Amino acid sequence: MEEILNISNLTKRYDDLVVLDHVNLSVKKGEVIVLVGTSGCGKSTFLRCINALEKIQEGKVSLDGEVINPAGGKLNTVRERIGMVFQSYDLFPHKTVLQNMILAPVKVKKINKKEAEKEALALLDRVGLLSKKDSYPHQLSGGQKQRVAIVRALMMHPEVLLLDEITAALDPEMVREVLDVVISLAREGRTMIIVTHELTFARAVADRMIFIDGGKIVEEGSPEEFFNHPKTDRLKKFLDSFSYD
Amino acid sequence: MNAEVLISYFPLYGEAFWLTVRIGLIGIGLAFVIGIVTAFFSYFKVPFFSQLSKVYIELFRNTPLLVQLFFIYFGLPKIGIRISAEVCGVVGLGLLGGSYMAEGFRSGLEAVPKSQTESALALGMTRGQMFFNVIFPEAFSLSVPAIVANIIFLLKETSVFSAISLMDLMFTAKDLIGLYYNTTEALFLLVLFYMVMLLPVSILGNVIEKKVRFKMFGA
Repeated sequence: MEEILNISNLTKRYDDLVVLDHVNLSVKKGEVIVLVGTSGCGKSTFLRCINALEKIQEGKVSLDGEVINPAGGKLNTVRERIGMVFQSYDLFPHKTVLQNMILAPVKVKKINKKEAEKEALALLDRVGLLSKKDSYPHQLSGGQKQRVAIVRALMMHPEVLLLDEITAALDPEMVREVLDVVISLAREGRTMIIVTHELTFARAVADRMIFIDGGKIVEEGSPEEFFNHPKTDRLKKFLDSFSYD
Repeated sequence: MNAEVLISYFPLYGEAFWLTVRIGLIGIGLAFVIGIVTAFFSYFKVPFFSQLSKVYIELFRNTPLLVQLFFIYFGLPKIGIRISAEVCGVVGLGLLGGSYMAEGFRSGLEAVPKSQTESALALGMTRGQMFFNVIFPEAFSLSVPAIVANIIFLLKETSVFSAISLMDLMFTAKDLIGLYYNTTEALFLLVLFYMVMLLPVSILGNVIEKKVRFKMFGA
């Protein structure tokens, strides 16, 4: 499979604090990568550096051979190609579900409104929210909001999808409905980089697991070797913190 | 209170009412535009213009309208700029109101969570698209209570226009009292006409406030 995203020597510092320290990662088309690590290890920052929401101090991020961070040209055209969904959903509260979904395609991609609506309705149907098309975000549950946020990102036809702890703010019984959507996206071959604390989900969805600690990639591998045969002590310790036996 | 006096005064108050409303509305419209533009400059920290906005806001927020009107009406002619009392009223109200509106919008803009900005940017919007489609509409509905309060405040501030001999409600009342000494009737009509002007604004403001709140937060 061909490489779609390349991250080399990415370094992010806030003054003296090094958050990401010369991180390298190559992502193939259709690959699902799951990043795990303790809070504050830099995994969310890593995602934010990929679509240039954060400036980086060293290294570069390239999408399909084009350097996107540090960005030379127009940032917005790069971000069109990389979708991102956040922990806090961030639907636009003054717009209905449907309006939320078509805003960027119509304004940014200049897609015909009717066409955008048609596509939006199909996507809503797919995630079981067609009946909510005219609801405002405050009328939805957390899980519903997050499903809308995911399909809103899909409306831009991103080449890579970044999911930043998208179930972290949800009530436990709503986690499943959101993760099921992600799993179905993985099955249709979407390239995704996912940050999550849901290890069972990670195991089910990941092609490759990555463990970040202290701003560096400490260990990576297939879910099978990652969970069953962790090589480093730090990963062992991290995985142990999730079990209760 | 003498009903005949009230009736005979009524048309004079009517005229003054429309003058006050006209200058008030145009002035507030101007204030609105100034407020949005200044808030835009400060939000995007546009070099030079954001500093200029700050100086403007502090200057006009911290001086009384009467002083500003005197400056425009009596001061500017000294350097050759001569404008009519009406234009002076509009400009004065616009400049004072602009500084209040700017602060109102700023409070709204600052209350929009930063994550809204990021999710708009992450969808590929330019900063302009983000501002006009996402941040400003949200900030606007958050600012509605402050803006309604400003509008009522500014309409009431028109009462100092009499000082630059604009025949507004206050001027009419003072004039009539000076001429005929029917103090009770003159003051009664003054209060009545101000209420007629401001009560609908206040009620309408409440309705709008509830409407936009409901849409955003369902409260």
